[in-house]
Amino acid sequence: MATVLDPGKLTLTDFKGKVDPDWCPGCGDFGVLSSLQKVLFELNIQPHDVITISGIGCSSNLPGFINTYGMHTLHGRALAVATGVKMANHKLHVVVTGGDGDGFGIGGNHFIHSMRRNVDLLYVAMDNQIYGLTTGQTSPTSQRGMKTKSMPFGNVEEPINPITLALAAGATFVARGFSGEPKHLVELMKQGLRHKGFAFIDVFSPCVTYNHDNTYPWFRERVKKLEDDPSYDPSDWQGAMQKALLWGDEIPIGKFFQRTDLPSLDQAEPVLEGGPMALRPLGISKELARDLVAELM
Amino acid sequence: MKRTFAVSIGGAAGQGVATPGDIFALIFARRGLHLNAYNAYQSIIRGGHTFLTIRTGPEEVTNFGDRIDLLIPLNQDTIDRHLHLMRPGSAVIYNGDTIKPKDRTEGVQLCPLPVNELSKGSRNKVEQNTLALGASLSMMGVGFQPLEEVLTQQFKRKGDAVVTQNVGIARAGYDYATANFKPFADPLPMTGNKYAVLSGNIALAMGGVAAGVKFYCAYPMSPSTGVLHWMAGHARKVGIMVRQVEDEIGVINMAIGAAHTGARAMCATSGGGFALMTEGLGMSAMIETPVVVIDVQRAGPSTGVPTKTEQGDLWQMLGAGFGDFPRVIAAPTDILDCFNLVPEIFNIADRFQCPGIILSDLLLSEGRSSIDPKELAFNPKIDRGELITAAENNGKTTGYKRYKITESGVSPRAIPGVPGHVHTVATDEHDEDGVLISDEFTNPHKRRAMMEKRQRKIGGIERAVRPPELMGESGAAVTLIGWGSTKGVIGEAVEILNSQGIRTNQLQIRWLVPLHGQAIVDILKTSGKRAIIVENNYSGQFARYLRSETGYVPDGHIRKYDGEPFMPHHIVDSVKEQLAGRTNLSVPMHEIMV
Repeated sequence: MATVLDPGKLTLTDFKGKVDPDWCPGCGDFGVLSSLQKVLFELNIQPHDVITISGIGCSSNLPGFINTYGMHTLHGRALAVATGVKMANHKLHVVVTGGDGDGFGIGGNHFIHSMRRNVDLLYVAMDNQIYGLTTGQTSPTSQRGMKTKSMPFGNVEEPINPITLALAAGATFVARGFSGEPKHLVELMKQGLRHKGFAFIDVFSPCVTYNHDNTYPWFRERVKKLEDDPSYDPSDWQGAMQKALLWGDEIPIGKFFQRTDLPSLDQAEPVLEGGPMALRPLGISKELARDLVAELM
Repeated sequence: MKRTFAVSIGGAAGQGVATPGDIFALIFARRGLHLNAYNAYQSIIRGGHTFLTIRTGPEEVTNFGDRIDLLIPLNQDTIDRHLHLMRPGSAVIYNGDTIKPKDRTEGVQLCPLPVNELSKGSRNKVEQNTLALGASLSMMGVGFQPLEEVLTQQFKRKGDAVVTQNVGIARAGYDYATANFKPFADPLPMTGNKYAVLSGNIALAMGGVAAGVKFYCAYPMSPSTGVLHWMAGHARKVGIMVRQVEDEIGVINMAIGAAHTGARAMCATSGGGFALMTEGLGMSAMIETPVVVIDVQRAGPSTGVPTKTEQGDLWQMLGAGFGDFPRVIAAPTDILDCFNLVPEIFNIADRFQCPGIILSDLLLSEGRSSIDPKELAFNPKIDRGELITAAENNGKTTGYKRYKITESGVSPRAIPGVPGHVHTVATDEHDEDGVLISDEFTNPHKRRAMMEKRQRKIGGIERAVRPPELMGESGAAVTLIGWGSTKGVIGEAVEILNSQGIRTNQLQIRWLVPLHGQAIVDILKTSGKRAIIVENNYSGQFARYLRSETGYVPDGHIRKYDGEPFMPHHIVDSVKEQLAGRTNLSVPMHEIMV
């Protein structure tokens, strides 16, 4: 909302939360949090005009560590809650954060449907390919063969590819970042926040306690920025799909895909032409009430 | 007793039972007659057996009654199923070319219509329905004009030719009946009133409009879907954001998101969908965001009988969500009450920042009733409680604590977007300022204080809701206790019993939480010699609840769990068998095979 009464001059510390993160030292989530704070600061967005919404898990504690309006909701439900928030006040900037288990496991259904609806929000998944807060079980993005407490003989299931899933489900902005590349991540988040529609960023955010396979060095050896290839065209959906399937010695990060020709859900809803639902007066006119009853007589 | 007239139309799904039903309802209501309609149907789109009963009369009609005065079978199956129910003085109108009555019933006027001859080879597939409509109204002593008006209104979109054809067929039926059939002994009366015809679901949706609902979402589920249909159809007209969501988990979470942002948010489902919502219900209580959920009960468990009624979800509502938290639960007692309850429960939920549950059932939600338009109060009292929607102190407010510990347990609630009130709400236990105390900052004293703060709201809620009142004079032979949708049918049973010299009164429960258990027990001390709880379920869910809250045990029970609602005589006969000492648990058999 543009109701800035006394904006003053924002500083980066204006986005510091009431308490410091309680993540394990070295956790990838620190890089995601500081990148998000930097993005809001650099875009000069007032803390009260943003709402950060998460589910449950280590990374979902993020709304407690940033000074914006926040909702720390239920496991897997952040996107459903966020859709309600956006539909009730489409002037708010909505940022959703969470982990791979939260978003792609228990919340998988909402993930798919929020993308096809093109809800205007930025969804940052801190993907560490493991369940951390429950002390180390296989997640939907754990690689085949990975040994965890819940699959001690190695994962026999194929992981989800969040990028191809997002592309297939109709997300209009699809990117992948790496917590170890904060400058690049800040740039992706800025674009994602400015994107009018569903912006999804899958961020490699290594778990230093439970995932000993997909570590910082493991990613550093493999990640390659799409932006370094001048011939890469993020408006080409099929090209994006092909790049998204790469996983091995080379793992692309960057903006895979963006389209701006589709209306976001709030733009598609004529009901919102009268302004945010949450701020409208309650009650209807006598004439309208009479019309509604007349239909039944 | 009340003068009423009941017409039943039966046929296969897809044969067009609903349309003549709607037409009868409109004609009766425009004639100033009250009505109540109930449609017995199955989970099938084409085929099966659908049986709609509309009962009308000059006084309020609260249920579909015990007697069918006119049967309109649209197929052989219907006449085979129901002809034996017909009593002297009643009539059956049917297509004489295709339907042959197998039983002969004394004193029942059989009225076969020569459909082929009367419709003169029309290709209109529902010609027999239209002919029967015309014939019925002739026999009821209603002029032809009201039918002509309704048909014209209904078909004008399709052009003059279609209107002329339908009116012509109806007229042929009307005239044939006038010439060949004996009219009913009492022609349908007429009053100067004009009524609207509402289903419970429409009343719930319009109640939402009156309450200022700005966000409604749902996943389709019988028998609650009517609320979604009305909301979706009127969303743009009345300014409500309506969303169809991927599942009921998403539904309640989306509604809570909208509610947290400051919109009054509502959703509706049935038992199975509600089961998926229970974790969200706890979130509403924990983050103290008010949301209103409508549960339209159908016969369970599991998928159960999706198109049949039951009062079987009470314990699910009482126990939904883990942990202790305040909630309010109310069961509307008739279709008008579906409308009135919505703003009322929103005010309570808003004031006490907790979830509100409306416990309807198929009988109310899909039943229809005549309502005097003057009774639909579209501008009720709105109380949003301590809600902060705009910046205070020129935006320089500091130190705002979303979960400030207060005597009432209610903390002022700022909506996102308001400067100076930035905060995070959490489903984890939290401190006054929303900071989690479930991890690093664990603190049993704070946990206790927050638990007590939330639970303190229950005292305020109890004071905000009136205790139930006895209907009728105390000192009776029998007190019938019901809850929610059974108010009308129990009321009629009370009337019948009183007319037969058995002094009976009624205690109908509308608010289940808060229950006001002590007030109920006090009423029952003097209300009557024998108290009998009437409910539409197997285990006596309300009886068990009342006992758990108060220790009160009634003298008898009347229960029904076959999927069909009570008819007045079911209750009357059960009371008599209990008074005769034959049993203290009556389970009346439903005689109509639907």
